[in-house]
Amino acid sequence: MLGQLNYWAALPEIVILAAASLILLIDLFVPEDRKYVTYWLTQLTLLVATCVTLTTLRATTIHGYNGMVVDDMLADFLRISCFIAVSLMLFYSRSYMAARGLLRGDVLVLTLFSLLGMQVMITGSNFLTLYLGLELMSLSLYALVAAQRDHPRGAEASMKYFVLSALASGMLLYGLSMLYGTTGSLDLDTVARAVFGHHESPLLMTFGLVFVVSGLAFKLALVPYHMWVPDVFDGAPTSVTLLIATAPDIAAFAMTLRILSGAMQGAAFDWQGMLIVLCVLSMVLGNLIAIAQVNIKRMLAYSTIANMGYMALGFLTANRYGFSAALFYIIAYVLTSLASWGIVLLLSRQGFEADRLDDFKGLNARSPWWAFMMLLVMFSLAGLPPTLGFYAKFVVIEAAINDGFVWLAVIAVVMSLIGAFYYLRVVKLMYFDAPVDTAPITVRGDTAVTLSVNGLLLLILGVLPQQLIGLCAIVLTQSNFP
Amino acid sequence: MALPGAPSLAHYLVLGAILFAISMAGIFLNRRNVIVMLMAIELMLLAVNLNFIAFSRYLDDMAGQVFVFFILTVAAAESAIGLAILVLLFRNTGTIDVEAQGRLRG
Repeated sequence: MLGQLNYWAALPEIVILAAASLILLIDLFVPEDRKYVTYWLTQLTLLVATCVTLTTLRATTIHGYNGMVVDDMLADFLRISCFIAVSLMLFYSRSYMAARGLLRGDVLVLTLFSLLGMQVMITGSNFLTLYLGLELMSLSLYALVAAQRDHPRGAEASMKYFVLSALASGMLLYGLSMLYGTTGSLDLDTVARAVFGHHESPLLMTFGLVFVVSGLAFKLALVPYHMWVPDVFDGAPTSVTLLIATAPDIAAFAMTLRILSGAMQGAAFDWQGMLIVLCVLSMVLGNLIAIAQVNIKRMLAYSTIANMGYMALGFLTANRYGFSAALFYIIAYVLTSLASWGIVLLLSRQGFEADRLDDFKGLNARSPWWAFMMLLVMFSLAGLPPTLGFYAKFVVIEAAINDGFVWLAVIAVVMSLIGAFYYLRVVKLMYFDAPVDTAPITVRGDTAVTLSVNGLLLLILGVLPQQLIGLCAIVLTQSNFP
Repeated sequence: MALPGAPSLAHYLVLGAILFAISMAGIFLNRRNVIVMLMAIELMLLAVNLNFIAFSRYLDDMAGQVFVFFILTVAAAESAIGLAILVLLFRNTGTIDVEAQGRLRG
């Protein structure tokens, strides 16, 4: 397979790249009051890319561009998840962007380019491609965070994101250079073979691995590399926050899986120890600090940190069962997260950001349906049955116990009990308090339909989770992980 | 292959580590100017480049040097975006002092 061009291994990437460049040109000829043309072209691109991925779906693994990219079941599954996440993000944030002058060609094209970066992170099978994908995604996101050019908070959030993210990329690269030095290759499969060849890890390789895990933990928002998350989530326009909080998590998960399992499975014992520390810190600090928040964007940011900790709980078992639990967790979390930010966007309007917890007071009196959707989201985040979040937590904790990490499972359960407090506080505010904000809620038809389907999926997949759990396991088995 | 007294791989790696440490210190200890932070980030990427080139020469494998070209290109794009954000920050707040950026409590 190696040594061939096999361009169709990267066909969805080619579609997105061509469409993004084309939309950039077409947008020049679209008048200011008809920007919905660009918007629908972007949605069409995502639909076409999904169809292309589905038609080139195959159970075997194909390497393309002389082994620079790999097209396996995992890549196809995660690509489609990213397409859906970005498409839903566009549906939810349509009125929000229009009200703030963000429905511009450059914002939509940057969204597509960041999506392209995520796809490269998902399909990369060489340190070089993975790094380039990561940078393409990050550079587009820095610009998107500062998309409201006259907002000091956005500019500050963008600067913080830029400096910390560049630092993390630097650490990742420094680690990768050490791995390159000890294994003699940048290709993930060759590295994996070289790592299995060592009887014990050379010191230089363990040293490099520390930097690589630090860089990846930053992208996954694990404590102590989480400092950027609350500030960026808070300072960015909510539509961009929705983008940062969902699809990049999937891409970061894929990159972590490809590097730590695909290349460094032979040194699993070394990175397991590091992940255990990151996992415990994330679950504890994420949940405890979230309690003190009065801003829903910051609360959801700390909730993201805690949830990535639970994901790491499945990942650190370093076996196929744990990886598939982590994959299921990340998909479930992204689906829940999409709905949660969707409702925050729904309550925002021209000149008003629904970013305080008080803005959710008495939501049931204003709109019982959206209050019910938020209830489902909060139950799912808290891990209460019969929602999707319950099974997500269940499978990662089960994976940890099966691998002998009972004490980690105990911490996870205790922390999710503590976490339930601040999620259920939102439910209490919605159902038992009098509304502070009494403005009527206006929703576009397509936003209402997609957001309702998303919310109900949390319930439906919570009742019938077996198909999705099974799919995650099959995808990893077909892609030869670990 | 090396002449007596010529720098060995270890020398290059130590130099790379020192540059990397300086850039880390530049980011964390610097409390004055955002431009200095951008410079520290550039220095960090250069430290990585030195590592890659040293390993590439040591392993006699060209892939490491190709990687360096890509890092240089990405670093150029990164500083372009970084300076653009810096201009935006200055326009909005009138300062590029690190301490003065406190609207979002980290």
